[in-house]
Amino acid sequence: MNCEEIEALKHAYADRELDLVRTTEIEHHLSDCRACSQAYENIRALSSALKSSDLYFKAPAHLRRRIRASLPNEARSSSSQPFGWWQWFKWGIPIAGTALIAFLLATSFIRASTYERLAQEVTANHVRSLMATHLTDVTSSDQHTVKPWFDGKIDFAPPVKDLAAQGFPLMGGRLDYLQNRPVAALIYQRHKHLINLFVWPATRNSSRAKKLVVRQGYNLIHWNESGMTFWAVSDLNPVELREFVELIK
Amino acid sequence: MEEQDKQARFEETIMPHLDAAYNLARWLTRNEHDAEDVAQDAVLRAFKFFGGFHGGNSRSWLLSIVRNTAYTWLQKNRKHEIATVFSEGEHDVEDLAANPEVLLLRKADHEEIMRAVERLPVEFREVIILRELEGMSYKEIAEMSDVPIGTVMSRLARARKQLQQSLGQRLESGVSQ
Repeated sequence: MNCEEIEALKHAYADRELDLVRTTEIEHHLSDCRACSQAYENIRALSSALKSSDLYFKAPAHLRRRIRASLPNEARSSSSQPFGWWQWFKWGIPIAGTALIAFLLATSFIRASTYERLAQEVTANHVRSLMATHLTDVTSSDQHTVKPWFDGKIDFAPPVKDLAAQGFPLMGGRLDYLQNRPVAALIYQRHKHLINLFVWPATRNSSRAKKLVVRQGYNLIHWNESGMTFWAVSDLNPVELREFVELIK
Repeated sequence: MEEQDKQARFEETIMPHLDAAYNLARWLTRNEHDAEDVAQDAVLRAFKFFGGFHGGNSRSWLLSIVRNTAYTWLQKNRKHEIATVFSEGEHDVEDLAANPEVLLLRKADHEEIMRAVERLPVEFREVIILRELEGMSYKEIAEMSDVPIGTVMSRLARARKQLQQSLGQRLESGVSQ
């Protein structure tokens, strides 16, 4: 190895990131070359100065308490939606019943209540994304940046389209959580209105029909397409939101 | 029952890394109060996404959430700090062997080192904290920050170079006063 090669590898060497062969080669060079061994010593000196300088900030006790105190609340608010009858239903059936009745009732009721609950969840996530500090995890108008960002974070590849030319510029993407699973959230803009488009793999035999619902003043459109479930939610008017959905489909 | 179970597992696997979470947030925001907000927000998000965590390195997992939260916070509150675009890879590692005199920095005190690290651009600061204080490997840092290992290496090289230069300069100016 010559000095140039050492130059490129000295940090990896100091950090013990190299394999045995290259480590040995570098050691050999360092024992002969004063300039390189000095440069290496500088890295070691800096590292030990950083480590011994007490730069590590420990979490203050009140933060630890604050976080602990807010964890159960978080759990409660995400698990219990205001569906008293559903809670009753869930506990009532095992007490009441025969498996057949449970099955027949459950399939019809659960479908309706799942949809209802999901619409609530989608709306809540939309509102939260606007209030909290994380509308986007990856901020980019480039579909080729946003789409690969999801790789390894979720187990599916959401379709990402840039609709800037049609007046719906892509703002970015975010990891979100719906129906007890991580989902992709894509953020689009129409004038001053933000649209959250939630995407995740559809369960079997889900309907392709588009459905528009209104929750807390927000318009929601839900549909399934090519094995994916989509929910678009925004304070945008229904006409333009439909237009957006047509462009996505 | 399931929620209690989740909380117990969260307490066991994630909460031990609260110091690491706060430390990273503190160095990225450079402010105690903001660091507390970012760390709290990140831990609550981690709890929310905890169902999606299937084992593996829990510290890296939590720190990547802290990192995302901190960057979103910076984007919103201190956009200029992350506006710097680095031309990484163009001049990967410059010659340090040519100036061996920077070894002087052994004598720099706590305050000086602290200020020098705080002055680093945020991406450089981050890699220094993760490598030097958390002792994370290049691979762990790369996965956590979503960049190639080569980028981690060149950021680290440039961060160290800047530290060596600024600590060297500080000592020189201290001597001349």
